[in-house]
Amino acid sequence: MLAQFLQYLFSGITIGATYALAALGFTMIYNASTVINFAQGEFIMLGGMLAVMFQQAGFPLPLAVLLAIIVPSLVGVLMEKMVVEPVRSADTVNIIIITIGASLVIRGVVQVVFGKGAFMLSSFSGDTPVEIGGAMIMPQSFWVIGVSALVVVGLWYFFTRTLTGKAMLATSFNRTAAELVGINTSWVLWMSFAMSAAVGALGGVLVTPLTMTSYDSGIMLGLKGFVAAVVGGLGSGAGALVGGLLVGVLEAMGAGYLSSSYKDALPFVLILLILFFLPRGLFGSRQTERV
Amino acid sequence: MSIPETPAPLLAVSGLESCYGRIKALKGVSLEVASGELVALVGANGAGKTTFLRTLSGVQPASAGQILFAGEAIERLRPEQRVRRGICQSPEGRQVFGPLSIEDNLRLGGYTRSAAEVSEDLDKIYQLFPVLRDKRRLAAGTLSGGQQQMVAIGRALMGRPRLLLLDEPSMGLAPLMVEEVFAVIRRLRAEGMTILLVEQNAFGALALADRGYVLETGTITLTGSGAELLQNEQVRAAYLGL
Repeated sequence: MLAQFLQYLFSGITIGATYALAALGFTMIYNASTVINFAQGEFIMLGGMLAVMFQQAGFPLPLAVLLAIIVPSLVGVLMEKMVVEPVRSADTVNIIIITIGASLVIRGVVQVVFGKGAFMLSSFSGDTPVEIGGAMIMPQSFWVIGVSALVVVGLWYFFTRTLTGKAMLATSFNRTAAELVGINTSWVLWMSFAMSAAVGALGGVLVTPLTMTSYDSGIMLGLKGFVAAVVGGLGSGAGALVGGLLVGVLEAMGAGYLSSSYKDALPFVLILLILFFLPRGLFGSRQTERV
Repeated sequence: MSIPETPAPLLAVSGLESCYGRIKALKGVSLEVASGELVALVGANGAGKTTFLRTLSGVQPASAGQILFAGEAIERLRPEQRVRRGICQSPEGRQVFGPLSIEDNLRLGGYTRSAAEVSEDLDKIYQLFPVLRDKRRLAAGTLSGGQQQMVAIGRALMGRPRLLLLDEPSMGLAPLMVEEVFAVIRRLRAEGMTILLVEQNAFGALALADRGYVLETGTITLTGSGAELLQNEQVRAAYLGL
């Protein structure tokens, strides 16, 4: 009983960590621009796909992973510069629709270049499961959870302890005031795209040895990351983390104890409940003050 | 009343226009501020005072006209480039970064300055506003209006302004607090700071100022020394209620 529970819990936390990274990506861009970037899932997919490609091209794993994070962040910056920046003054809703368009383009290009097949990335440190309390845990799970935790700590440090991080936060609190103290707010905008793409791609790289990847794997990962961000309260970093873990664990428990056919439905049931009863999410601190 | 003559003013604005959509908020404003001067810009609500300061800082685009700052045309520069040249603003409604601490707010005010300058200036700001030192770890949004105004002014000062723009620093404050804010402005002026003060509180502002301008629906209608404007019948009737 306990072993089974632990098994589900661990797999939930593992996938939840990926959702949390995706949710952090949504959060960073939302904070910088109030835009919900629906191409976030594609950054995750790009991370996984590119890691596979670079590894198959003969790069050593660490380098392949690094490149699989850098390239998507460049794509993120490019997307901000070419797609979002030119329509900066448009309605938020329009920009959100444009991000959906950008996600279709990214997905299409990947499908054309790499095909529709599923790809596998080898685990970082073998495939011998570790037993904890009767549950068998894949070593890759520890990579996912450990690196995600490091990223969360790193982001926390960046946004609470460095002037650059605080300048990005300040821009999200009050754009005009940020410009008046000399913060280049368009730099903040593309920086937030680069960072959220990098964080998303990292999540994609980490989880690919467990889940495999294909050109369309970003859709579900992105949507669940979005659910996680909303559940946690859009704009809250802690909320994204908790939301991601909650969605992941709920999904794993649902798949284990109910039926795996409900696996994908549960996060969306959760978002409905949250929107009914806690419209600002669990940690939703930001009041809507825009007119 | 003699006005101190300087060869070239620090700020020379000519024919400045700015629009919100099709509505022209500034219809060709010309104004000068000499180095070391305190100039008051007064006018009714909606006259365009805030728009004028926003256009000077670059957060509101100018549609026509020229802004010369220290001899350089700056009307096409981005806001942060203007801050780097020394135009710092304490905006209307204070606009502090509410969730961030007072100290973070002040440090961000020195975003364009070096770390050494920031720690030096931080000390000066705390001397100017001792109450902020005691509360420096508190979120700025939790402060009273008057204290938030201090944060906003302190934040602007942290940028080492050559020209300090103050937008309605007395708005919404208790009378005692208004007095305190004006005392700070007097002190800054005595230290040689060049200040452009926008106020609805025309009496307080003109009493402080070397010179004043009256702005009405986007146009400068009157100008003169602070004392002259205080005596002007038109000003007394329209803005002082006398």
